[in-house]
Amino acid sequence: MEMDLLQRFEAYVASEKKIEPKDWMPDAYRKTLIRQISQHAHSEIVGMLPEGNWISRAPSLKRKAILMAKVQDEAGHGLYLYSACETLGVQRDDTIADLHSGKAKYSSIFNYPTLTWADIGAVGWLVDGAAIMNQVPLCKCSYGPYARAMVRVCKEESFHQRQGFQIMMTLAQGTEEQKAMAQDALNRWWWPSIMMFGPPDDNSPNSAQSMAWNIKRFSNDELRQKFIDLTVPQAELIGLTIPDADLKWNEETGHYEHGPIDWDEFNRVIAGHGPCNKERLDARNKAWDDGAWVREAAGAHAEKRAARKAAANTAAA
Amino acid sequence: MEKQHWPLWEIFIRSRQGLSHRHVGSLHAADAEMAIENARDVYTRRQEGVSIWAIPATEITASSPDEKDVLFDPADDKVYRHPTFYDLPDEVKNM
Repeated sequence: MEMDLLQRFEAYVASEKKIEPKDWMPDAYRKTLIRQISQHAHSEIVGMLPEGNWISRAPSLKRKAILMAKVQDEAGHGLYLYSACETLGVQRDDTIADLHSGKAKYSSIFNYPTLTWADIGAVGWLVDGAAIMNQVPLCKCSYGPYARAMVRVCKEESFHQRQGFQIMMTLAQGTEEQKAMAQDALNRWWWPSIMMFGPPDDNSPNSAQSMAWNIKRFSNDELRQKFIDLTVPQAELIGLTIPDADLKWNEETGHYEHGPIDWDEFNRVIAGHGPCNKERLDARNKAWDDGAWVREAAGAHAEKRAARKAAANTAAA
Repeated sequence: MEKQHWPLWEIFIRSRQGLSHRHVGSLHAADAEMAIENARDVYTRRQEGVSIWAIPATEITASSPDEKDVLFDPADDKVYRHPTFYDLPDEVKNM
């Protein structure tokens, strides 16, 4: 019986059809999605922190308004994703508790600091650029609510990358100091950005199953290559240098070849030893704790209003 | 961490006058008014809507996927409900 269901499920998914919340699904599929969607949601929420850092110091009112809109979008993206994750039968507060306790992971990229204004440019251009590269295929993922959330996210995300590139372009065309600042940001964000696609294909144990379930569409290395091929000419266009001495164009394959990636660094940061892991979690927990009175007040207000309404109804009856 | 477990609200947005409200997602809120306010911020940051419905998720009755055959199969063999079922002479141009 179970076997029969599983075979039907796999054939159904393989034929590009969508799974909706109440449909039967294998436990492992559900678990994989809960893990992936909640990590994705947490990444959006934690991703607000390095950028929020610059809202009060943005160089102009225009840049400040743009950055606020972007950070607000990230909050929205986190909420679309938490909402999609809940359709799989988990409770929102439990998911958030897992982030705050350190049990759940989020994208390692947000454990790096945003040291200068140029970092805001680099984050938009590279980090959001890499995120889009990962997210566009997810718009066609087999789980309906996740795919729909991704469509919204991708639509909104494209301004994020463009505004980041524009910041970098403006700095690169500015004074020597401004250009150096842009180059420095690129130097620091390049490698962590290309690590965002995850471990190389020969060391990515869960990929095959996710591909079979049509959750994942392209391998980590394929997406990384696509990102590099698109980004290198953009850097050249604005006169910045990708910090990879081994980077070279391969005429035959039509792709750039890149130097070795420091996976030890990647694993260190995932394990909690990046420059900002502790700071990020502390900030999330502080925001949650400091907001306790607001949640309490809203709850009390809702109860009072419900009681008043009930009393009015009784009186009218 | 103290947990709230505020009720879940399903959100429907009318994107412009003349169109129906359409499901866009869900959110948590302490009450209906807060659900509308949150829906405004979460789902209409780019003029996506002119009207919002917030409905407690617990109030929705849904058909079960197991009933799919019982509910929807009977329509399968009623091809005569579609205009293409009827062959008409070419002389009848538009009907």
